[in-house]
Amino acid sequence: MTTTPTIDTATGELITGSQSLVRSLEKAGVEVIFGIPGGAILPAYDPLFDSSIRHILVRHEQGAGHAAEGYAMATGKVGVCMATSGPGATNLVTPLADAMMDSVPVVAITGQVAGRAIGTDAFQEADIRGITMPITKHSFLITDAADIPEAIAEAFHLARTGRPGPVLVDITKDALQAKTTFTWPTSIDLPGYHPVTRPHAKQIREAARLISAARRPVLYVGGGVVKARAAEELAELVELTGIPVVTTLMARGVFPDSHRLNLGMPGMHGTVAAVGALQRSDLLISLGARFDDRVTGELSSFAPNARVIHADIDPAEISKNRTADCPIVGDAKEVLTSLVAQLRETELPDLAGWQQHLLDMVARYPTGYDEPDDGTLSPQGVIRRIGELTGPENAYWAAGVGQHQMWAAHFLPHERPGRWLNSGGAGTMGYCVPAAMGAQVGQPDAVVWGIDGDGCFQMTNQELVTCALEGIPVKIAVINNQSLGMVRQWQTLFYGGRYSNTDLKTHLVPDFVKLAEAMGCVGLRASTADEVDTVITQALAIDDRPVVVEFIVHKDAMVWPMVPAGTSNDALQYARDMAPQWEEEEL
Amino acid sequence: MSTHTLSVLVADRPGVLARVSALFSRRGFNIDSLAVGPTEQEDISRITLVVEAEEHTVEQLTKQLNKLVEVIKIVELEPDAVRQELMLIKVATDAATRSDVLEIIQLFKAKAVDATNEAIVVMATGSPEKLQALLTMLEPFGVRELVQSGLVALGRGPRSITDRSTRTDRQRVRVV
Repeated sequence: MTTTPTIDTATGELITGSQSLVRSLEKAGVEVIFGIPGGAILPAYDPLFDSSIRHILVRHEQGAGHAAEGYAMATGKVGVCMATSGPGATNLVTPLADAMMDSVPVVAITGQVAGRAIGTDAFQEADIRGITMPITKHSFLITDAADIPEAIAEAFHLARTGRPGPVLVDITKDALQAKTTFTWPTSIDLPGYHPVTRPHAKQIREAARLISAARRPVLYVGGGVVKARAAEELAELVELTGIPVVTTLMARGVFPDSHRLNLGMPGMHGTVAAVGALQRSDLLISLGARFDDRVTGELSSFAPNARVIHADIDPAEISKNRTADCPIVGDAKEVLTSLVAQLRETELPDLAGWQQHLLDMVARYPTGYDEPDDGTLSPQGVIRRIGELTGPENAYWAAGVGQHQMWAAHFLPHERPGRWLNSGGAGTMGYCVPAAMGAQVGQPDAVVWGIDGDGCFQMTNQELVTCALEGIPVKIAVINNQSLGMVRQWQTLFYGGRYSNTDLKTHLVPDFVKLAEAMGCVGLRASTADEVDTVITQALAIDDRPVVVEFIVHKDAMVWPMVPAGTSNDALQYARDMAPQWEEEEL
Repeated sequence: MSTHTLSVLVADRPGVLARVSALFSRRGFNIDSLAVGPTEQEDISRITLVVEAEEHTVEQLTKQLNKLVEVIKIVELEPDAVRQELMLIKVATDAATRSDVLEIIQLFKAKAVDATNEAIVVMATGSPEKLQALLTMLEPFGVRELVQSGLVALGRGPRSITDRSTRTDRQRVRVV
């Protein structure tokens, strides 16, 4: 590595590698670290004790990782987590994989056994750099204290720029203890790393030409637009062209659901209008989305008549799953800005007929649900009510993974960008509580709701102890259907109702209210319709402690619409055995 | 399906080869040959890859490799590039067969680098096709041991793939 930094703060003073690490993190602008100390990382915790950086002592490293993700999603900054070697580091594997799948900027700092002990199966040794190679954007193993500042500077640069993602910095204990001088680099040398953010003018012209010729265009908007903070530019494009919009699970809120041209979420559990729009489109304008299998269904029959404009900051996503007719490499914000400018000089198609066709579909096939007639609660209704009583203005929403996640994606008021946190690509159960914690730390004045399931909640709820002790007043709604609901739904539909190991028996244990109270939270419960508003209002009134609200809901509720796995999106059902009429009208 | 030869310039740092090979298995790419070694620039190594794949797969492979931070440049070499492998073959010989084996060695411009009463170690370089032909001719005598390098390749003509982008004039990134 060639390093010719001009000296910024070098005073010639000898400090430890640990002090150098903490100073580097301060220089990188870190305000909060989620972590747990242990043997190999212990030296770093000494100077951290005196640092301006707030360290939040979590209860499990997985919680640290997801909290860093939640913090990053809610602030747009890089989230930071810290763990010791061996099991501490391996507990970060799930959140790192999660951050990789959803392009979340995270830096993980791990302690490693002393350099001379590496490879000897020393106590708490794990090759965490090797383990995380396929699930990080990049990773470092630092064995020399002098390399720490540059590695930290590079790690933050890599995590934040281009397609964001997790970066791991593993530092040996002897490097943390060694004496070194501190020099914060003014520049870094990454000869193989040059993300392209500015789109090629020729491709923008070609995209405009395709849009001008399209009759059934659809904007297929993904999480990249959220990450690029390009919601305004997207809105400008929609207002200019009148092209209908679908927002993927990762992009919910980047375009307001209340806008008439927002058809909602596409995919396996997408709205009829969103799925139908993609299937019948003649031009997909994909922005920061990646043609994930949960969106496309059977790839060969996905949007069969559409040409594809695919804009992404990661060239490897373009034409990975679906061949693009017009590939555009660039940052979504810059792509949208250029495209809007180009389209202002382009004759635009009349889309009134197409819009009307889709709006009719929205009206005919709203994403609805049946209220159970036995007086039990519907999970969808509960989630909708949380959204209505909280409102979109000051709220952040985190979700776990499963049925409640899909209902939260459909029924919460997704009106603002960057407010929706969930585990999209990895589908990590247990994401909700720690991610909500991280979001609340990043947005202390906001109302942060976690919409969790009884299965997910039992994976990571221990972080509520952290929340209670650190004054992080998240609100967690446990949508308790006493089962692993999504798996149960598949068993209902595809395994003849044989409920193998999906019954969590949460009507017996745990008592979520008592559990919440034991962890220093307020515990509330609703099991009938008239209690719902009361407990939500009570929860909203509490801002000094975390709150857990258990909603005991009907266990047979299913997520609709649904495209059965591996089949064509045309096989979408909006309710069990109910297929929409895809009318073929001439536009 | 066709054969593609890729030259990959990488920063010479620990773990680079692991990262590259992990990417192949992770993304399900099959590699026919992989060779790595130093270049004329001290901080840069060159990996030569041979893959039998569709155009689309090679494009994905190239894009995914390019995402590795330590990968500096990837060039697909023209089919006429100089492509060479090294093979060492221990062939069983005795008084009766030795001269036949030596004749074959000569025919292929290979070398006998070790000889005993019972065996000769043959060293041969060349294209994979040539080495296969040599091996086919030696097999009847009894191949006791065989070792082969990965393929290395260089484009023809005066131009160099390390000309630009890898020299010291490369841009550094300002830390903000």
